[in-house]
Amino acid sequence: MRLDLTHIQRWIAPGARVLDLGCGNGEFLEQLQNARDVDGLGLEIDEGNITEAIGRGLNIIQQNMDDGLTNFPDQSFDTVVMAHALQAVHFPDRVLDEMLRIGRECIVTFPNFGHWSCRLYLATRGRMPVSKFMPFSWYDTPNIHFCTVKDFQQLCEQKGIRILEKDMIGNTPREPLLASAWPNLFAVTATFRITR
Amino acid sequence: MTAGTQNGSVGIVVPQTAHFEEPLLLACGRSLPSFDLVFETYGTLNPQRSNAVLVCHALSGHHHAAGYHSESDTKPGWWDECIGPGKPIDTERFFVVSLNNLGGCHGSTGPCSPNPETGKPWGPDFPPLRARDWVNSQARLADRLGIGCWAAVIGGSLGGMQAMRWSLEYPERVQHCIVIASALKLSAQNIAFNEIARQAIESDPDFAGGRYLEQGLTPSRGLGLARMIGHVTYLSDDAMANKFGRDLRSGTFEHGQEAAVEFQVESYLRHQGSQFSGNFDANTYILMTHALDYFDLAREYNNDPVEAFRRAQCSFLVLSFSTDWRFSPERSREIVEALIAAQKPVTYADIAADEGHDAFLLPLPRYLDVFGSYMSRVGEQH
Repeated sequence: MRLDLTHIQRWIAPGARVLDLGCGNGEFLEQLQNARDVDGLGLEIDEGNITEAIGRGLNIIQQNMDDGLTNFPDQSFDTVVMAHALQAVHFPDRVLDEMLRIGRECIVTFPNFGHWSCRLYLATRGRMPVSKFMPFSWYDTPNIHFCTVKDFQQLCEQKGIRILEKDMIGNTPREPLLASAWPNLFAVTATFRITR
Repeated sequence: MTAGTQNGSVGIVVPQTAHFEEPLLLACGRSLPSFDLVFETYGTLNPQRSNAVLVCHALSGHHHAAGYHSESDTKPGWWDECIGPGKPIDTERFFVVSLNNLGGCHGSTGPCSPNPETGKPWGPDFPPLRARDWVNSQARLADRLGIGCWAAVIGGSLGGMQAMRWSLEYPERVQHCIVIASALKLSAQNIAFNEIARQAIESDPDFAGGRYLEQGLTPSRGLGLARMIGHVTYLSDDAMANKFGRDLRSGTFEHGQEAAVEFQVESYLRHQGSQFSGNFDANTYILMTHALDYFDLAREYNNDPVEAFRRAQCSFLVLSFSTDWRFSPERSREIVEALIAAQKPVTYADIAADEGHDAFLLPLPRYLDVFGSYMSRVGEQH
C-alpha cells in the first residue's frame, strides 16, 4: 500500500464512519475495514476500479467529485479522506469546503510540488517535472492543481481550517527527519488531518 | 471476469403453480379470497435455506426468466443473460425464484382468471394492485418454499420498485436489495406515457370496456399501439439510430416513384406491437402501468425517502444506464442519495450504454462484471 495511506491509518478511529473520496480500487478502505472495523464508503469514477472495489466487498458510489458532493448530508461522516486526489479536482478549495461540511474531520494527502527534486528539475531543465512519482506530461495529466506544502497551509489559514496534525513523508529513510524539519523542501507526500 | 455471454444455461425448466387459500388483503381495501402464483426456480436451495434469491419482473415480464421450456424453444427466458451457471445470478450458487406477479397474464391470478363470484373472467373488475400487494404475495410464496430470508431481492425497472418495497415491508427478510434502472417514483413524463398507452388500449373498439374476453374479442390494435409507445421509451435515440437509422424496408425516394416508403423502424415497431398483443393481456397492461404510476416509495413516510430507507436492514446495489431516459441515472442517484443519508450500505454504478432502458436486459460486459462482482459478495455470505 502507498506510504501515505499507511501513515494516515492511525488518524482514523476504530469503528468510524469513513468516506474515501477517490478511493481507487478500494485497497485502503478494505485495509481500514479489516484493521479498524470502519463503516466505509468509497467514491470513485474509474470503471475498472469500481468493479475491483465491489469485488473486495466494499460499498462504492460511482460519482465525480467535480460534479459536487451535495448528496452527502452535513456532518454525516466521522472522517472524510482524500488521498492523492486534491491535485486532480477542478476546484480543490471547494472540495475541501465540502469535505469539511460532510465530515467532522478530514484527512488530505497530496504530492508536494515544492519538493527539491521538482525545483531542481524545473530549475535545471526548465520544464515541468516528470518522474516515476508524477509520470504524466503537462498536457495529458489528471493532476491539474499541484501545490506545495506551503500553498496548502496558506489555503487552510485563509479558510479558517484547523490543522490538527500533519505528517510529512520523505523519499528515503533519512528523509523523514528532513521532511519534518523542512517539509516544503523534503516532503514527497504531505498528509494533513484537518477540521473546522 | 466476463460472466454471461459464454456461460451456461439453466436448461429446460418447468413452471410450477402455488395455490393460496388464505385471503390476501390488498392495498385498495379489497381482498382476494384465494389466488395462484406461477413460478420457476433455478439452482438448488441449500440445507440452511440461506441462498435464495427473488427475481421481480418488470411491466411486461413473467415467471420465465431463464432457460427454456422445451428443446424446441427458440428463445430463453427474459433475463437469461443474467441468470444461469457462471452468470451474475449464478445458479451454481443461488436458488433463484422467479414468479409471475399477481394480476399478470401468464398463469398467476389476474384479470383473465375467473372471478369466483360470477364465474366470468375478472376483466376490468380485477382489484387494482400496488407494488406492496405483489411483495405481500411474494412473501406468501417465500413462506411456502420455506425461505425465511432472501439472500437478495433483485429487480429492474418496476421490479426494482418491488425490491425496494421488500426492503421496507419485510426488512428482516432481505439481506441484499438490488435495484436496477428504477426510481423512487415515476415522473410526470413517465405517467404521461403510461396514460397514452392506456388510452390506446381503451380506445380500441375491441376493448369493450375491458370485457373483451367475455365477448370473444381481443383489443390487439390498442395493445399493439401501447407496446409501440412503450418500446420507443425503452430505447435511446442513439440505439434507434444505430439499429435502424433511416433505412428503408420497402419503397424508394427515387423521382417518379409512387410506391409507399416504409422505414425499418416503422416495420420493427409494428412487429413488436403485434407480437406483444398476441402474448399479453390488455387489462393486465393497464393494471401494471397503474401500479407503476401509483408507486411512491416514501409516500407513507412523510414523503421522505430517507425516513423510508431507515427501516431497511439490508445492503443495496443500485445500477443505472447512461442513456436510459425512462428511468434515468438521475432517478437512481435519488435512491442512492436517500440511502446515504439513511446511512445504509450502498453501492452504485452508472453503466455507460447506448441501449437506453432496455440495457438492463442485455449482456453488456461492464454491467455483468459489476452485477457479478456484487453477487459474488452476496454469495460469500452463505
